[in-house]
Amino acid sequence: MAVLDVTDLNVSFATEAGTLPALKDVSFSIPENTIVGVVGESGCGKSTLINAILGLLADNGQIDRGSILFEGREELSKLGPAAIRAIRGERISTVFQDPMGALNPVISVGRQMINVQYRSPRSRSEKAARAIEMLKKVRIPDAETALSRYPHEFSGGMKQRIAIAMALMMRPSLLIADEPTTALDATLEVATIELLRELQAEIGCSVLFVSHHLGVIAELCDEVIVMYAGEVVERGTTRAIFHDPRHPYTFKLLECDPARQSERTRVLPTIPGEIPDLRNRPTGCIFADRCHRTHAACREAPLERDLGLGHKARCWLAEAPERPGEAA
Amino acid sequence: MSEAPVLAVRDVEVTFPVGSLLDGIRSRPRSILAVAGASFEVRRGETFALVGESGSGKTTLARAINGLQPVSAGSIRFERQEITTLSRIRLRPLRRRMSMMFQDPVGSLSPRLTVGQLIAEPFRIHGRGSRDLGSEVKRLLALVGLSPEFAGRYPHQLSGGQARRVGVARAIALDPALIIADEPTAGLDVSVQGEVLNLLGELRTRLGLAMVIITHNLHVVHHIADRMAVMYLGRFVETGETEAIFTAPAHPYTKALLSANPEPNPDKARNRISLPAEVPSLLARPAGCEFHTRCPWAQAICRSRVPPVHEEPDRRLTCHFPLSLDAAPLTEETA
Amino acid sequence: MSAATSDIAGRRAAGAFLRSLRKVLREPLGALGLGLVLFVVGAAVFADLLATADPTRISPRDRFLAPSAEHFLGTDQLGRDLFSRVLYGGQIALAVALGSTFVSLLIGIVLGLLAGYGPRWLDNLLILLFDAVKSFPTVMLALAFVTLFGPSLTAVVIVVVLVNVPSYARVIRTQTIALKSSEYVAAAQSMGASTARILRVHVLPNVIGPLLILASMDIPVVIAIEAGMSFLGLGVRPPTPSWGTILNDGFANIRESAWIVVTGGLPIILTTLGFTFLGETLRDVFDPRLKGR
Repeated sequence: MAVLDVTDLNVSFATEAGTLPALKDVSFSIPENTIVGVVGESGCGKSTLINAILGLLADNGQIDRGSILFEGREELSKLGPAAIRAIRGERISTVFQDPMGALNPVISVGRQMINVQYRSPRSRSEKAARAIEMLKKVRIPDAETALSRYPHEFSGGMKQRIAIAMALMMRPSLLIADEPTTALDATLEVATIELLRELQAEIGCSVLFVSHHLGVIAELCDEVIVMYAGEVVERGTTRAIFHDPRHPYTFKLLECDPARQSERTRVLPTIPGEIPDLRNRPTGCIFADRCHRTHAACREAPLERDLGLGHKARCWLAEAPERPGEAA
Repeated sequence: MSEAPVLAVRDVEVTFPVGSLLDGIRSRPRSILAVAGASFEVRRGETFALVGESGSGKTTLARAINGLQPVSAGSIRFERQEITTLSRIRLRPLRRRMSMMFQDPVGSLSPRLTVGQLIAEPFRIHGRGSRDLGSEVKRLLALVGLSPEFAGRYPHQLSGGQARRVGVARAIALDPALIIADEPTAGLDVSVQGEVLNLLGELRTRLGLAMVIITHNLHVVHHIADRMAVMYLGRFVETGETEAIFTAPAHPYTKALLSANPEPNPDKARNRISLPAEVPSLLARPAGCEFHTRCPWAQAICRSRVPPVHEEPDRRLTCHFPLSLDAAPLTEETA
Repeated sequence: MSAATSDIAGRRAAGAFLRSLRKVLREPLGALGLGLVLFVVGAAVFADLLATADPTRISPRDRFLAPSAEHFLGTDQLGRDLFSRVLYGGQIALAVALGSTFVSLLIGIVLGLLAGYGPRWLDNLLILLFDAVKSFPTVMLALAFVTLFGPSLTAVVIVVVLVNVPSYARVIRTQTIALKSSEYVAAAQSMGASTARILRVHVLPNVIGPLLILASMDIPVVIAIEAGMSFLGLGVRPPTPSWGTILNDGFANIRESAWIVVTGGLPIILTTLGFTFLGETLRDVFDPRLKGR
């Protein structure tokens, strides 16, 4: 059974300049005990997707169509605010780019970690013991004394680890991590993703990990969803996406990462053009005007094509992959 | 290379005052050394990269070179002229020859000015407002690959990549000899990052610019920088040719940084050197080698004695036990 | 800048103005406020054309007349035409309000920029000064000035400026401090721009918006101060018409005719409401946090 099943999700925002469809026919699922990565550049709809799952869409946003099924039972898109609040924080928890979004600066870390467990029937000292245990797990030195300290007394990397500890305290079945390592330095970034991987395996939860950093995604995730202009253009196992990309956007995106070029080059690859104006979404393939393989069929929007083993790509030529070098 | 370097930085130190007067009585340091003895040179047509993690002092050093931050010791010679002793007024004419690009592509553009006015700004500041600014703006827009219509737009109407191009146009407006770029690709998508770096590279060749690039992204450094310096707690721990450092890092911190760079390859074997502990505070610099609290190879002497400076032909590092310079390349084979 | 680009910029500004105007008119209170303000300003500007009599001409035979076709709002204890007095009183009220607000803005902006961008000691000194002035109650300040210089319009203007400048300067100072460390100010510094240029081109345009809205909401307060001081005999000297003096006359003669109090008070109420509604709507329209609603 999947922890989260998103089917044909369509979300739009009412703006002064008209309706803005932010997500179009988004489908994917997060299996149990799996880390699923979401990759995409600015404007691809990553944040909208997270907010839709958490029931936190802005006032002018609405789910037009589709379903978000959590643990095969709850339909998140239909739950009332109180019901979804009961799920949030306990069965679905979140970690954001800025750990201070989760930590209250004027309350000690210990009190915050005990407050998080307010639904638990355990005694206060049991809750404190659990907080210490979690802090030890995220490698905070002197976990016992750390409880009485305040967030500002910790470094950026430690604050993010405390935020992770708080998010995993109630053993949620799904952790949504939105760019949790983006603000951290490289050495701390790898330490944090290694920690996340360990804790995920131990608790047995699933993780939806959003990042624009391809290296982090490749290292951490089991499966990957590639988003472009509000659509899921390709999804599959991490190996399939990185070794055998079938959508031209995925192919180009991977090519652009300077880390991919082991040889030193003076001219780095780019994707010419811009994301189309979503208010006037083209009727055909969303990537057609930036794609090097555009042909007549692309005037019509391609359906998601199944390539086997869960690998799917929204491209007419998905069955005929290109070879490196062809794009040039 | 007999030509004098465009920029020569020698033993530069920058200190910041911290805390209150009382701290002096409590024998806490009243200032912190943000940059501790930086030395490097950049020649015409060359790109030098300053690499380091947050708090390593790389941005402070860049601001010092640009005269925005007073230095407490050392010398900075730009086009053979010592600039650390110049007053603000005397520094002004030199600023035409040295431009700085700031981190935030949109945030470094004044929000109420149009792109045209923003690009004309350097000309107005340096009293060349009488020239036909309209055609200058058009020429510069074309040079950075933007159409003339952009002159009428405001910063908030630009994408990150477009705003960055406007920043580049401003930086090259007065034919500078040196460009200092602080995280030129920060906040940009990967697909746009290449465009900006390619543009800078092209302009460097075409206009014979010297460039100092500040970044934490080692993959970027690999492709664009000729030489680089790795900074830790305000000190240069390793300086040398980029290619050589990537092939055989000699300082343990450099090696750890290189190995900490996640690569987009799920099957890559990761011989990672993980650094224990946190970065020490600048208020409490460790004794001996300042990296010993996190160094996997640290020995007794590292805790007590400051390491000597190793000078090799085109490699300079401070370490008691440098990793072998002719060791095998760091890049592992794909499993 | 070529003529074409500045023309485009001009048209953009005009477009932005029209868009804001439309937003103001969409709010019922905003439309009402704008209507009232236009009505009052129109009446004051065209007072010479609209007035049916000389506002200072005394006519003892026509004392305490009720409104009629000849005297729209009746006459006062000296037989002066109240309609004409209210119109000319509006001129004074608006001139004092707009004039003193303008002077307060000028001084407030300069001091605010100095405090925000200048050295720390100057900032501390100016803040101390602002707080010192602010700690006097308005009436005390007014009495002190009138005692020193005698009652006059100038005294009214000086009191208003003294009351307004500290709050205006504080608004500018706070935002200037925030902008001082912004990257675009650093970029201008690194290009070698002079401090004057940085303040004029890069700081002022970004801090002045909220202040203008604050000032527009202060105008009714200023009108009330002028009326209040004139009522107490500390402002405009008779026989010059002022809403405050009309109100005072009405108060003194309320047993003879209740009309005078109404004609003096009504314009004060309408103008105050008009500027308050307009100011509050402007604040809502320009508040970025409320944008997109």
